[in-house]
Amino acid sequence: MKKFITTILMLMVTLQLFAQDQGSAIANTLEGSDKIYVVVVCVAIILLGLLFLLFSIDRRLKKLEKKS
Amino acid sequence: MYKSWWKILGAILVVYSTVAGFLSAAPALPILHQSIRNLYFHVPMWFSMIVLFTVSVWHSIKYLRSNDPDHDLKAVQSVNTGIVFGLMGIVTGAVWARFTWGQAWSFDVKQNFAAIALLLYFAYLVLRNAIDEEQKRAKISAIYNIFAFPMMVVLLFVLPRLSDSLHPGNGGNPGFNAYDLDRHMRMVFYPACLGWILIGYWIYSILFRVSSLEKNKLN
Repeated sequence: MKKFITTILMLMVTLQLFAQDQGSAIANTLEGSDKIYVVVVCVAIILLGLLFLLFSIDRRLKKLEKKS
Repeated sequence: MYKSWWKILGAILVVYSTVAGFLSAAPALPILHQSIRNLYFHVPMWFSMIVLFTVSVWHSIKYLRSNDPDHDLKAVQSVNTGIVFGLMGIVTGAVWARFTWGQAWSFDVKQNFAAIALLLYFAYLVLRNAIDEEQKRAKISAIYNIFAFPMMVVLLFVLPRLSDSLHPGNGGNPGFNAYDLDRHMRMVFYPACLGWILIGYWIYSILFRVSSLEKNKLN
């Protein structure tokens, strides 16, 4: 598991070397429309993170309840 | 409480109403401008609080009739969750007011009475803390809850409509219906309310299940 994660992380480092002002479609969209989309993405990330937390708590609770 | 479908529905509705809240069309109103979108966040907090306090008083009544400690546990956990939503409602309201009414606290009727209603429920928690014996604590706090709930309803829904107020729908102001809540806003506002109510109920159910497990572990 550790080797797998280390491999993935090292691969991600090599990906950074290709970021040379490609002007991707996603980056252009986020910069347009008064950058409101940046706010939307941020708030959506926060929301999804918190919801994921809720789901994982619920799952752990179910396991505990099954045990007792 | 153990089913998943309404939790997933709540999650979808909240994410949808948040994204649409930022991106959908909003009426151009003086003073409010884009902050009208706060409707999708500030108001659902209060609806969630009211639903949770209703759940609480329901369980308080059930406790008095059955003496089943589970009902007492549900009553207190729904109050805990409801208070959190009420606090979020009052703080977001103050932030919104700072930039639209001029100051964070205008001693507006609804603002004052919302704060007092929250204090009522803080008192419920303080009362519980003061009584050590379980059954007595459950019984007395259940009776208090049955008084606190209608008082909260009157404070939030009756009294503000009877006097001058800055809030829409009170003090002779039109409600959000006629002027500000057009067709497009309703399509985001109603799902937002339902979504946040479901999420609030979910959080309460998790608190209850955790505290129930803790209680069983102790015994």
